Amino acid sequence: MIGAGKMKQYTNVLDKPLSKGRQEVSLSGFAYLFSELVQYNQTQVDNIGELERRLEDAGYAVGVRVLELLCHREKGNRRETRLLGILSFVHSTVWKVLFGKVADSLEKGTEHEDEYMISEKELLVNRFISVPKDMGSFNCGAFVAGIVRGVLDNAGFPAVVTAHFVPVDGQQRPRTTILIKFAEEVLRREARLG
Amino acid sequence: MASTACFMIISKNDIPIYEAEVGTAPKKEEAAHQHQFILHAALDVVQDLAWTTSAMFLKAIDRFNDLVVSVYVTAAIHTRLMLLHDSRNDDGIKSFFQEVHELYIKTLLNPLYLPGSRVTSSHFDTKVRALARRYL
Repeated sequence: MIGAGKMKQYTNVLDKPLSKGRQEVSLSGFAYLFSELVQYNQTQVDNIGELERRLEDAGYAVGVRVLELLCHREKGNRRETRLLGILSFVHSTVWKVLFGKVADSLEKGTEHEDEYMISEKELLVNRFISVPKDMGSFNCGAFVAGIVRGVLDNAGFPAVVTAHFVPVDGQQRPRTTILIKFAEEVLRREARLG
Repeated sequence: MASTACFMIISKNDIPIYEAEVGTAPKKEEAAHQHQFILHAALDVVQDLAWTTSAMFLKAIDRFNDLVVSVYVTAAIHTRLMLLHDSRNDDGIKSFFQEVHELYIKTLLNPLYLPGSRVTSSHFDTKVRALARRYL
């Protein structure tokens, strides 16, 4: 467990070396904490949209930090300047560190040029969550959507990111799709960079 | 030899979140404003250059008389570490930037630090000045 025994004490965070990663936390511990996060936010809002927005904001704060940390730790201080580069960074590097595996799929939207989708059969944050009927299309994946938005936005690829349930044939539980819609400026820049 | 060096961290919307005069030259009243002005003028160049390379350290990108502007762009593209200096020591500057970048990440990971707000920690300041003495 964290904080047990041999941890060296530092008086200031700046003295402490950045962790090497590969530390895992208990899933039930995380699920419990996440459930508290959702429940707390539920008491602060009066509609579903607001709740989704608050979860997304919480995720955004994670995304900001994850981007900076992982580019330093996993990528040896290389930045991502291209659209596909940053998407695969999210799909592989970020997913692997946060959820222990790469995302199930990364696809380009068929109808719109500026849309990309990351799909996950069983999103980690949704593992122990079932949404009651009266909450409509609410998806706790909004938290993960927020993380993705935090990473993209700070890397210079502003986008609108939303989480949706998509039913799968022959399966009881729907999969979660994170829909990424990039801002116009991003596509213009991509075209210019060639 | 007395050297001039002015270090700044610029965040979103070109707002400075940390500044320090780290040179050994005696301080002049008007110099601080001039340094700010030169660094500010270099921001446009950074914005264009940042998208053409995936390296974080952009080396010397602008000059003003004998003063040179070196820039380091972090993963979050709008966070820029900028150094105005008159010495020519690319390797030292690169090491300086890398170490300050690490300090910045540690600051950022603190959940009580609001990204984009001023870095007010005196520990951070002391460490940056120590790094400047070592590398510049």
